[in-house]
Amino acid sequence: MATAHGAAASRRGEGLPSHHLDDAFLMDYAAGNTTEAVSLLIATHLALCPMCRARFAEFESLGGAMLEDLSPTPLGQGALSAVLARLDSPDDGATIVGPDPLVIGEPANDEADSAPIPQPLRSYLGRATHELDWQPVIRGLEEFELDVVGAKTKLLRIQPGASMPQHTHEGSELTLVLDGSYDDEVGHFARGDVAVLDDDHDHRPIAGPGRDCVCLTVIDAPLRLTGRFGRFLNPFVKF
Amino acid sequence: MISGHVKTSMSQTQTIDLGGVLVGRAMAPTALVAFQRRRDDEPAGLVRDDRVASNRGMVSTKPNVAPRGRAKWLDDLLVAVAGGDRSAFVELFDHFAPRVKSYLIRLGCDMSAAEEIGQEVMVTVWRRAETFDRRQASASTWMFTIARNKRIDMVRRERRPELDPTDPAMMPEPEITGEKAVQKRQETQTVVRAIAELPDEQKTLLQMAYYEDKPHSVIAAETGLPLGTVKSRLRLALNRLRKIVKED
Repeated sequence: MATAHGAAASRRGEGLPSHHLDDAFLMDYAAGNTTEAVSLLIATHLALCPMCRARFAEFESLGGAMLEDLSPTPLGQGALSAVLARLDSPDDGATIVGPDPLVIGEPANDEADSAPIPQPLRSYLGRATHELDWQPVIRGLEEFELDVVGAKTKLLRIQPGASMPQHTHEGSELTLVLDGSYDDEVGHFARGDVAVLDDDHDHRPIAGPGRDCVCLTVIDAPLRLTGRFGRFLNPFVKF
Repeated sequence: MISGHVKTSMSQTQTIDLGGVLVGRAMAPTALVAFQRRRDDEPAGLVRDDRVASNRGMVSTKPNVAPRGRAKWLDDLLVAVAGGDRSAFVELFDHFAPRVKSYLIRLGCDMSAAEEIGQEVMVTVWRRAETFDRRQASASTWMFTIARNKRIDMVRRERRPELDPTDPAMMPEPEITGEKAVQKRQETQTVVRAIAELPDEQKTLLQMAYYEDKPHSVIAAETGLPLGTVKSRLRLALNRLRKIVKED
């Protein structure tokens, strides 16, 4: 239950996110202009952030107005009857949604202490994070790459207290914290917080104490049509 | 359910199986919504803004129906469609299908693709109408989300990860009752009028985003404007829209 988790979150002393997506991202997503990878990150943030959900709804309303505002184009002959003829055919599309809530990290003894993976990310993973095939990167850091179109998309898992080598960013990148936290020059990032990093951002994140910091990271975030940024760095390590 | 944070009537979430990966595709607009109280019970006798209509090429298929009356009319139609009313579907089709076709053409579809995808959109509308919740969004906004998603599916052949309004992991809005949450929605006609009042450079920005499939980074690259300038224009446009919608 959303409310049950909300209560659990407040018991853990978790608040709502404090680092949000800007209007440009929300509008691009509402207009349907983001890649699958960026859409995945934005939608997952929206699940964790009621403030951005409310702003996102404005951008969908804007879409409704833009649709309403278009001059109608006459339809081809028989369009209506073609559609009417199909109304009784079964919906071949789909079955109903994915697995029950999966948690991040080892299942905790106290259920209230585990962080559920929100949709739509949950459907992409299909299992709890501790069951994923994590690949070690450097000491204290592991990654799991997702099969997503449009950009390199990974989960990162950083051990509590681990500090990552200082590095800069040469492109642009979105990071969403799913569990645990980290601190860097910009501030403190915890569950639901989004970091947008680009250009020469000098960056030395340190994972918070107590629990693994698990993040979703999309590299080469905003540009769908060109790949001119070349190489990219995630917030934790050069690769 | 402890309270009404999550709208269960919007719970129709569809999943497709693509390469073994389940993808949640919530077909309805997001659960918690924007800033405008709905007022669809206002009388339909308001004078239509002809300046807006002529400037924006707006055509009402229902003459003599003022904007708010029209919004209620479209909402009512969609609700009736959810109940299996075919004549309501035909009316809804007459209003939206030609606009959906225009939308697809603006976004680069040729005539036959726009026709084909437009028909898919309308079939989907019939099948998903029960996920429409008039307290959350207008019929036009709901239609927009269906058309947008169908285009991404059929033209871009991509998945569109979306929020699942019934997701138990979703963080609820703090200190807002379900009742309050469901009273908010934006009236399409108000937003249409507000858009018409924007300066051209801000209007163009919205058109590039919504009609041309261009993310802000691409708009910046194509117009030669710094991304910061594009974003500040967007901010200006939004502030203006919010102000107009709020005053309405």
